[in-house]
Parts: sequence; structure tokens; C-alpha cells
Amino acid sequence: MSWIARLYYRLQRWFKAVRLYLVLAGPGVVVMIADNDAGGITTYAATGAKYEYYLIWFLVILGPVAYYIQEMTVRLGAVTKRGHAEAIFDGFGPFWGWFSLLDLLLVDWLTLVTEFIGMTSALAIFGVPPWLTVVGVCLLMAIMVLNGRYWTWEKLALAFCALNLIYIPGAFLVHPQVSDVLAHGLIPNFPGGFNGELFFFLMANIGTTIAPWMLFFQQSSVVDKGLKEKDIAWGKFDTLVGAFFTVLVAVFIVIVTGTVLNGQDINDAAQASTKLMETHHYAGVFMAIGLFDAGLLGAICISLASSWAFGEVFGWAHSLNNKIREAPLFYVSYFFALITAGLVVLIPRAPLVLITLFVQVVAVTLLPAALVFLILLLNDKDTMGDRTNSLWDNIVNGSIVAIIIALSTLYGVSTLFPTLFN
Amino acid sequence: MNFLYALRMTLARQVEQVHAINRRYAKPRLAMSSAVQWALLVLRLYLLTLVGLLGYKFITVVMQ
Repeated sequence: MSWIARLYYRLQRWFKAVRLYLVLAGPGVVVMIADNDAGGITTYAATGAKYEYYLIWFLVILGPVAYYIQEMTVRLGAVTKRGHAEAIFDGFGPFWGWFSLLDLLLVDWLTLVTEFIGMTSALAIFGVPPWLTVVGVCLLMAIMVLNGRYWTWEKLALAFCALNLIYIPGAFLVHPQVSDVLAHGLIPNFPGGFNGELFFFLMANIGTTIAPWMLFFQQSSVVDKGLKEKDIAWGKFDTLVGAFFTVLVAVFIVIVTGTVLNGQDINDAAQASTKLMETHHYAGVFMAIGLFDAGLLGAICISLASSWAFGEVFGWAHSLNNKIREAPLFYVSYFFALITAGLVVLIPRAPLVLITLFVQVVAVTLLPAALVFLILLLNDKDTMGDRTNSLWDNIVNGSIVAIIIALSTLYGVSTLFPTLFN
Repeated sequence: MNFLYALRMTLARQVEQVHAINRRYAKPRLAMSSAVQWALLVLRLYLLTLVGLLGYKFITVVMQ
């Protein structure tokens, strides 16, 4: 009988832990899966088409990298109860504060435009006109935030995160050889030798995995959700779960395009969907639905990252728990960014390709600053107390930050000067 | 006239709010140790280089 009692006790503890996690889950999973936004899906689709399964190992490495960076925002948010923008103002003064805030505003807005590009091109495959997509998305996002509860917004965002997993059944539809995926994908190698083009693809994958808005979003989200210091372990676990799923989705996209579109040049994910539909109709449909969902998730998070940041610095009420009349400026800034970004996509002959390239360059100016500030803030013992970075944290995170800064800079420079590495 | 006055007042309020933020955060709370100062200096140089490259690219594109 005693073993039954012990088993019952253990199961009860396990269920309690799962229930607690489900309450605390959110910021980590949402930010990580939203990281696979419209631009990310295009990058993964192009990577698979170009290099088949040979760069899967690289995507697997990027999972822990994203986790180590993002878990710092969980600790900083839970301890200081401040968003990243306010923490930079407070820690480094107005010069760096304004630089970060205005740069974030610009890069977020430009990225938001790219999310709308992804969403309109995805639904255009099903015959939906772009104006209808823009209006529909704005209405959907209005419904999500105007209910006046963070909890409801978060659970709806998690539902869209679940839809992002559509790439997994999509991969099974194209019947990849599992032995080929394992043999080619998991052994580190540089297909065709290390050249300029491969380097560009590696950097593009890093660029889609770590983005500046993610730091601002997750820290503000942790604060708005009300995570406390005692919840940090769960917040970190949530980030780990998110990192796992973000890599999983990326790998399955590479498997789909690596199996069907191997050797073809892919310019965007919508083009990949159309090409897939020629031979594997439902895999192409899943790719298009996934692209729309990715753009939507990106838009949901990015528009909030800016509004939270402005609210923190200007002292406006800036919580999703506030009704619109309690936090009018927070919601005005949210809808202003959303609607103007959507309208840009509807302008005939708008320079959308130029905007997409510009996003990468502007992000490079903000990312190093945000990462350096993050490391410095996490080393402030007066604020962080026993949550300060340990020596090991500094070695791991410092190395990751140094490598990301170097590679993202090269990525930005190679976007400006495309022939530099050829 | 009323519209212009209202616009001027709104702008003045915003400028005052920015000044208030600058005053509130005038003294960085983080201790400016030599490591922090060094990191911020490198960051400034990095950003200046990047802005320089962007400017160079912009000029060369405009000149074409």
C-alpha cells in the first residue's frame, strides 16, 4: 500500500507543478514563438531550399543561445519590476535612454511593416485582398487588447503560438527521409565550404533568432504579468520551453523546404508556399497559414513592446489590465503603430523590399546596445541582489553577446554592402 | 487661432514632459566603474562607425 500512497503523493505534486506552470507560463513561450515571425519563416524556408537539411545543427545551437539571452530579462523584470526601456533610462541616464527608446520605436515600426507584408502575402494565396487582411488583423488585435485583461490577451496569444506548430504536420506531409535528416542535419558542417553566401545565411538565422524587441517585450511582459522573484525559476523554465518550440518549428520548416524545394532560390515564404502547393497542396497551405500566423504573432508582440516602453518612460498607465479610458495614451500609441504600419503595405509601389532590408540594418544599431545594457544591469549588485549574474553567467552570456554583436554587425554591413564578402 | 494655440500648448506640454524625464534620470543610478565607462565608450565608437557607414551608403546611393 505504501508504494501506492507514494505514487499518489508524487502524482499530486506533479499535477500541482503543472497547474502552477500553466498559471505562470506565457511571456517566455510567447516571445520565443513570436520570434519565428514572418521574416524568420522566410529565412528558414530559404535556408532549407538552399542547403537542404545541412544547417539544422546550427538552428539547434541557436536555441540555447536565445534562452541564455532571454532568461536575463526574466530576472531583471521580476527583480526590478521595471521594463527594459525604463531600466536603461534609470541605469544609464537620458542619452542612452532616448537612444534606445527612439531606436526601438523605429525598428519596431519597420518590423511591424514586414509582419504585415508577410500576412498580406500569405492570405493573398487564398485570394484575400491585402486591404481586407490589414483591416481584419487590426480588428482582431483590437479585440485582443481591449478586453482589459492581461490574462485574456496572453491566453489568446498562446493559442496563436499553438497554431505556429502547423509546420510539424506539414513536414510529415512531404515524407522526408528521417535517416537523411538525422545524418545530414545533426552533424556540424558547412555545405559547399565556408563562403560569403553561407555566411550570409548563418547571420540571417542569427538575426531572426535574437531581435532587440524581444528583450524589451519579455521584460515588460514579465512586469505586466506580475511575476515575482520567487517565480523566476518558472519564468526561466517558460523561456526554455519557448526556446525548444522555436527551434522545433524552425527545424520543421527547413525539413519541408529542404525536402521539396531543394536547390531552388526562395525570396520569401509566400513564394515557398506557392511552389509547395504545386506538388504538395496541403503542405503549401500549411506553410501559408503558418506564415500568416507568424506575422500575426510578431505584430501582436512588437506593437506591444513599443507601447509598453513608451508608457514606462513617460509615466502613462501602460498595462493590459487597464481599460482604454484608464490608459488612453498606451492604447493610442499601440493602434497608431499598428494602423500606420498596415497602411504602408497598402500604398501602391511602396518600397517594401527596401524596408525589409532597412529593418536588418536598424536592428543592428539597437541590438548591441540593448545586449550590453542587459549584461551591465544584470551585474548591478545593488539592484539585483542574489539574482546578480554569477561568474559563469557572465562567461556564457558575455561570450554569446560578443559573438552575436560581431555577427549581427557583419550581417548589417553585408546588407548595406552586399558584395563585401563575395 | 484657437487650433494653433492648442497645438502650441500641446507641444509645450510634451517638451516639458521630456525635460521632466531628463531631470528625473539625470543622474545614472548605475555606478560608473571603469568597466562600465569602457563598455559605454566602445558602444559609442561602434555606433558612430555604424552611422558613418549608413551615411556613406546613403551618399553613394544618392550620387548614383
